[in-house]
Amino acid sequence: MSHHIVEVQDLRFAYPDGNEALSGLSFRIHHGESVAIVGANGAGKSTLLLHLNGCLVPKQGTVRIGDFPLTEKTLPDVRRTVGMVFQDPDDQLFMPTVYDDVAFGPLNLGLPFDEVDARVRAALATVGGEHLAKRPPYRLSGGEKRAVAIATVLSMSPNILVLDEPTSNLDPRARRNLITLLHGFEHTKIIATHDLDMVMDLCGRTIVMHRGHILADGPTRDIFADDRLLDEGHLERPLSLR
Amino acid sequence: MHMADALISPTVGGIMWAATAGLIAHCSRKISTNLEGSRVPLMGVLGAFIFAAQMINFTIPATGSSGHLGGGAILAILLGPHAAFLTIASVLTIQSLFFADGGILALGCNIFNLGFWPCFVAYPFIYKAITGHSPSRGRIVTGAMLASIAGLQLGAFSVVLETVASGISELPFETFVMIMQPIHLAIGLVEGLVTAAVVTFVWKARPEILAMAQGLGVRTAPSFRGVVTGLALAALVTGGALSWFASAHPDGLEWSMAKVSGKEELEAPADGIHAMLAGIQEKTALLPDYAFKAAEHESAQAEGEAPAAWPAVDAGTSTSGILGGAMTMLLAGALGLFLKKRQHRA
Amino acid sequence: MPKIDTSLFEIGTLDRLAAGDTDIHALDPRAKLVTTLAFILTVVSFGRYEVASLVPLLAFPLVLAILGRVPGPYLLRKLLIASPFAVMVGMFNPFLDQTVLLNVSGLNVTGGWVSFAAILLRFALSVTAALVLIATTGFAQVCMALTRLGTPRIFATQLLFLYRYIFVLTEEGLRMSRARDLRSFGRRGTGLRIYGFMLGQLLLRTMDRAGRIHRAMLCRGFDGEVRLNRRLRWRREDVLFVCGWLGFFALARVFNLPQELGQMLLKVIA
Repeated sequence: MSHHIVEVQDLRFAYPDGNEALSGLSFRIHHGESVAIVGANGAGKSTLLLHLNGCLVPKQGTVRIGDFPLTEKTLPDVRRTVGMVFQDPDDQLFMPTVYDDVAFGPLNLGLPFDEVDARVRAALATVGGEHLAKRPPYRLSGGEKRAVAIATVLSMSPNILVLDEPTSNLDPRARRNLITLLHGFEHTKIIATHDLDMVMDLCGRTIVMHRGHILADGPTRDIFADDRLLDEGHLERPLSLR
Repeated sequence: MHMADALISPTVGGIMWAATAGLIAHCSRKISTNLEGSRVPLMGVLGAFIFAAQMINFTIPATGSSGHLGGGAILAILLGPHAAFLTIASVLTIQSLFFADGGILALGCNIFNLGFWPCFVAYPFIYKAITGHSPSRGRIVTGAMLASIAGLQLGAFSVVLETVASGISELPFETFVMIMQPIHLAIGLVEGLVTAAVVTFVWKARPEILAMAQGLGVRTAPSFRGVVTGLALAALVTGGALSWFASAHPDGLEWSMAKVSGKEELEAPADGIHAMLAGIQEKTALLPDYAFKAAEHESAQAEGEAPAAWPAVDAGTSTSGILGGAMTMLLAGALGLFLKKRQHRA
Repeated sequence: MPKIDTSLFEIGTLDRLAAGDTDIHALDPRAKLVTTLAFILTVVSFGRYEVASLVPLLAFPLVLAILGRVPGPYLLRKLLIASPFAVMVGMFNPFLDQTVLLNVSGLNVTGGWVSFAAILLRFALSVTAALVLIATTGFAQVCMALTRLGTPRIFATQLLFLYRYIFVLTEEGLRMSRARDLRSFGRRGTGLRIYGFMLGQLLLRTMDRAGRIHRAMLCRGFDGEVRLNRRLRWRREDVLFVCGWLGFFALARVFNLPQELGQMLLKVIA
C-alpha cells in the first residue's frame, strides 16, 4: 500500500519575519507506522506538521503523501488522506454542536445526507462519544473535547492521522483513555508531543528534532536509552525507563 | 445606547429594519465576492473579542469611574467597513437575544446607529483620511479619537431622531438632544482613547495586521458613488420617518421622546446614573412652558373627560376594562395551571 | 450589560434550556421565529395609552414558556435585570404627561401613568417572547431559520462563530483581567495605558486564534460555505402553530378582549 507513505525531502521553511523554522528535513514514514516527533519548545515540530497537509507551503523541498507530491492541485486529496488533529481543541471545534462539527468535513466532501449521518455516528462511536452528539463544544470536558476533535477527523476516513500534543492538559484518566483509543487505530500515526511516556506506549519509532534539524531518527527504545542524545534535544528519559 | 422595543413605533422600527437589512445584504455580497469567506472566522472571533473586551475595564482618569470598549471604530479599523458592519450587527443581535439589551424590533435602529456611522462615515472619511497611506503614531491616535467621537455623536443623534419619531415617551426633543449629545461626547472620548491605545499597540507589535486591513479597506472602501447613495438613502429614510412623524403630530410640543443612556459604554454605575437623572429632572423642571401647559390640561379635564383624540374613557368602560383585565389574568392563570397539570400527567 | 461572568452563565442556562425536547422545541424554528416577530410587531402596534387590551397577549409567552418548560422564576429574573432601562426612560412620562385620563373612585389617573404602565407591559411582553424563543429553539437553530428565511449565509455563519467563541474569549479575557487585578493593588495598573496593552494583547491572541481556526477548517475541506446536516421539515403542527397564534394576535389587536369580557360580565351581573 505505497499510497499511504509520507515522504519529506530536504524540507525548508522560514516564517515571514525571516526566522528559519525548518532547515532541511528528510524522512520517510511507511504505511501503518506510528511515529513520534519529539523535541524542545520551538524545535519546529508544529511547523513540520503543518506542512504534512499543506497548511504551510515549503520554501524548498518536497512533501509526498502516497503517490502525489503535495501541490495546489493535489491539496484536496491530500487533506482527505491526512487527518490533522490540532493542539487546542477549541480551535478545531468551531460548530454549534458536536454533531455539526463531526459532520463538517464529510459535508464539505459533498456526501449525501444519510452517508454523512452514518459517518458521524460511526466516528463518534469509535471515540466513545455518541452521547455527546447534541452538546455544544463548550460543554465538554478536556478529555471529551480531545476525543471529539479526533472524531471530527475520523469522519473523513483519513489514512494518516497527524496529532499535535494530543495528551496536553488532560487528567491522567483522560490521558490513559486517549492512549488506549489511539492504540486501537490502524492508521499511520504521526504524533508531535512532549509526553515521552505516551511515546513509549504508542510509537515504535521516534524522530528527535532540534532547531529545525533532525537530531535522530530511529527505534524509540534506542533513542530513549541514549542519555547524551536526550540531553542535547532538551529531553529526559521517560519515567518508565528510569 | 441600545434602544428597546417598548419605546419605538412599528413604523420607525420597520423602516430601520429595512435599511439595516439592505445594508447587511450589501455587505454580505461585498464580502462573499471579495474574500471567499476566508474572513468569516476572523469576523466571528473578533465579534467575540468585543464581548471579552467589555469585561475588562479601566479607571477613567480623574473620575474614579470605569469605562470599557464599545467596539465600532476598532472593528472598522481592523476589518474594513463591510466586514465590520456585519460583525457589529451580530454583536448587537446576540446582545438583544440573550441579554434583552436592545429589543428585537429596535435591532434595526441599533445596528444602524452603532454600525452605519462608524463603518461608512467615520472610518472612511475621518480615520482613513487622517492616517492615509503612511500612518504614524500621532495620526493613528488623532484618527481613532475623532472617528470614535464622530461615530458616537451621529449614533446618539440618530437615537434621538428615532425615538422622537416614534412618539412613545414624553421627553421633549431639545431636552433629549441636550442630554444625549454631551453624554456621548464623553463616551466617545473614552472610546477614542481606548481605540487609539489598542490600535497603536497592534501597529507597533504587528504592523502587518493594520497594513492588511488598510489594504482591504482600500479594496473594499466605499466608492464615492456608494457613499453618496448610502447618504442619500439615509437622508431619505430619516426624511421619510420625520415627515411621517410630523404629519402624525403636527403640534411640535407633542414631540416626545425617551431613552437616555450611556450605561452600556460608561459604567459609572450608581452615581453616574443618579447624577444624570438629577440633571434630567432639573432640566425638565426648568421647562415651565411645558409644565404649565400640562397643568392647564389637567384643570381643563378635572371632570375626568378625555380629549376626543384619545381613546374615549368613561367611568363605565373603565370599570369594565379593569374587571375584564382582572378576569383575563385569572383565565391566563387557570390556563397555565391546566397546561402544567397536563404536562405532569404526560 | 450585567457582569460578564454572570452573563456567560446566563447564556449557558439558555443553551441548556434549548436542549430540551418538548413539543415546543420540536416545532420548526422558522415557525417560532416568524410567530415571535409577528407577536412583537403586534405588541408595539398598540396605542400608547392601551394597557388592558395588551393583557391577553400575555398568553403567548406564557403558554410557550409552560409547554416549553422554561422556568418562570428564571424569566422573571432576566426581566428584572433588563428592566432598569425601560423603567428609567418610562418614568418621565408621569411627570411630563399629567393629563387625567380616568378617575377611579376619586383617584386621578394621568396619561403619563397609563403610558408608563403600557411601556412596562410592552417591555415585559417583547422581552419574554424573545427569551422564550431562544430558550425553546437554541441559537444555532435560530440562525438556520434566519438563513432559510433569506438572511445572507455569510452573516448567519459568522453569527454562529461569534456565539461559539464568546465562551472561549471571555474566559481568556477574564483570566487576563484577574491576573492584572491580583497584581495592581488598588488603582495603579488599572489605568488606560495598561488597559490598552491588555486589550491589544488579547486582540493579537484573538487574531492568531482566528488564523488557527481557519486553518482547521481548511484541513477539513472548507470552501467558503458552512453546511449543516439538518433538514427542516414543515409539518402540520407548524402550520397550526403559526396560523393559530397569528389569528389570536389579530383578534387581540382588533377587539379589546378584556373590555368585551368585562362588559359581558357586567351584563350578567346586572
